[in-house]
Amino acid sequence: MPTKAPVKTKFSKKTYLHWYESMQIMRKFEEKCAQLYLQQKFGGFLHLYIGQEAVVAGTVSATKPSDKHMTAYRDHAHPIGLGMHPKYIMAELYGRQTGCSKGKGGSMHMFDKDRNFMGGHGIVGAQIPMGAGLAFAEQYKGTKNVSVVSMGDGAVRQGALHETFNMAMKWKLPVVFVIENNNYAMGTSVERTTNVTDLSKIGDSYEMPSEAVNGMRCEDVHEAMERACDRARAGEGPTLLDIRTYRYKGHSMSDPQKYRSKEEVAEFKSQDPILSVLDTIYKNDWATEKQIENIDKRVKDLVLECVKFAEESPEPEASELYKDVYVGDYPYITD
Amino acid sequence: MRIIQYREALNEAMSEEMRRDENVFLMGEEVAEYNGAYKVSQGMLDEFGARRVIDTPIAELGFSGIAVGAAMNGLRPIVEFMTWNFAVLAADQIINSAAKMLQMSGGAYNVPIVFRGGNGQAGQLAATHSVAYESFYANVPGLKIVTPSNPYDAKGLLKSAIRDDNPVLVMESEKIYGDKGEVPDGEYLIPIGKANITRQGTDCTILTFGKIIKVVEEAADELAKEGINVEVVDLRTIRPLDVETIINSVKKTNRCVVVEEAWPMASLSSELAYRVQKDAFDYLDAPVVRVTQSDTPFPFAKTLMEEALPNVKRVMDAVKSVSYAL
Ligand SMILES: Cc1ncc(C[n+]2csc(CCOP(=O)(O)OP(=O)(O)O)c2C)c(N)n1
Ligand SMILES: [Mg+2]
Repeated sequence: MPTKAPVKTKFSKKTYLHWYESMQIMRKFEEKCAQLYLQQKFGGFLHLYIGQEAVVAGTVSATKPSDKHMTAYRDHAHPIGLGMHPKYIMAELYGRQTGCSKGKGGSMHMFDKDRNFMGGHGIVGAQIPMGAGLAFAEQYKGTKNVSVVSMGDGAVRQGALHETFNMAMKWKLPVVFVIENNNYAMGTSVERTTNVTDLSKIGDSYEMPSEAVNGMRCEDVHEAMERACDRARAGEGPTLLDIRTYRYKGHSMSDPQKYRSKEEVAEFKSQDPILSVLDTIYKNDWATEKQIENIDKRVKDLVLECVKFAEESPEPEASELYKDVYVGDYPYITD
Repeated sequence: MRIIQYREALNEAMSEEMRRDENVFLMGEEVAEYNGAYKVSQGMLDEFGARRVIDTPIAELGFSGIAVGAAMNGLRPIVEFMTWNFAVLAADQIINSAAKMLQMSGGAYNVPIVFRGGNGQAGQLAATHSVAYESFYANVPGLKIVTPSNPYDAKGLLKSAIRDDNPVLVMESEKIYGDKGEVPDGEYLIPIGKANITRQGTDCTILTFGKIIKVVEEAADELAKEGINVEVVDLRTIRPLDVETIINSVKKTNRCVVVEEAWPMASLSSELAYRVQKDAFDYLDAPVVRVTQSDTPFPFAKTLMEEALPNVKRVMDAVKSVSYAL
């Protein structure tokens, strides 16, 4: 066990224990997914969030349930962080009727209407304007809600980002643009695609308030997100958060990872967000090892429950093909 | 003859043309240092260097426009899209710039460019990653479109596409990059605009293109066992269509089924059915029937995916229905 000089923090024991459990669920759930994928229990792509969990954990603790969330295809952790039972994600990966998108969306297209998680989007950058559009609607309706839209460091190269930043600033939309900056877009590092490697500067020509944030720490993410949300709720418009994080695994499941060194991966693993939260919990005497073991056991059982639920769930009926395409009846062409 | 993979055939086509013409270059996401997301450009960075094999950011609209400009100014770009699903972001440059430039400029500026990449479904990748785009672009005057279905065609058609002085779209598939087939050692070109009769038959013509031909071939084998001999026409090029080959085949068999992977509405099958009824009406013994993907976004679940796609049984049923053999 680590040495016990207490760690000063403005966050409560409850928050830390919640961060720990929530991130453990994300991590263990996805470790299981990787295993199941290799056993060919389900197909498609599988993009894992492992290593990046603090970005979601800190975002969720800093936002309100009525806020809106949207991200790209690396989208399993977001609904988990927002409180969706992960069995619905597992069932979606399995392509089952009980999945959160009824088995129609798969790994890249998760949704949870009850928790305002508005996808899961497969086209790189498509969520940037849509996320601002969620904010547009909040502003239009006169709410105090914020839209948090996440994108990768690769996605910021899409032209839509610039069009959106300009309008979002001009119209003071209540949106937080989050770059989940793991430094790689597939095999391409940030420095290989740009002259401006400091991504917190890409909002500068729109004078968008921006911050670089340590994404391996829930505390830092939470604080930056809170500042951004306060600004948005006060009618001051968007913020860009360049949250620096790291994915431990490959881009998807078929990535030989020749573009980075083992040392680099090890360096980030040494800053692991889950271990860092655990360290603070121990140092502040907020839980015994036994209590942590109990949490871990709970998480393990939860993950097994997810697999069981998915495997026991029915596959969609063929008739589902023609459902959910339109609201209302529609005369499909069938010949 | 040599047996090589579809991806190797494409690689040979690009590499040979780049050796032949200094103005040909390749650009796209992950094409250089990663050797291609689907390893089509394996080794090309090593041979040609970073000046001619160029990694781009994820900026389809931008790099496609840069390529069009480069083509207007004397170069012959090959643009790889990781898949055609992502090329929708570049559709403005393909449709409004590349396709129209020669006409708008009164013949002053042609755009000798190749846009290529995987097209259509590639397993359980769900709605955003599974669209068969042939008919979208087939609608656009100014473009040519080829759909190689095997390694031999891939090499011959891509080489012709690179040498063509017009914009040519090459629609490949992640599903068949690993397929192997005979490809001769020496150089050859396959002309754009010529279809290929891959199977001779007397009872019914099946018009098809791209990777779905594998389903058609399987159905044809099964039908043969039942005494129905179909003629399979692999269109190879879908713009311009090889009307002569199509019509001659239908005149011979008097029946026609179209099989395509895409959605039914305003599709290649719609166009082909029009062409056949117009030019071979008196020869038809039955209406033209088609087999397409379901009129829905492509679903993720395996069961639904299989339900959505053309399959052997559906192709067989279509042939039997026009043969009044059901
Ligand atoms: C428009 C578009 N182009 C290309 C792709 C293929 N693609 C999927 S993920 C990806 C890399 C994205 O990297 P990044 O934005 O950094 O997100 P990360 O995977 O690191 O979370 C690419 C090129 C796509 N899905 N959409
Ligand atoms: Mg990234």
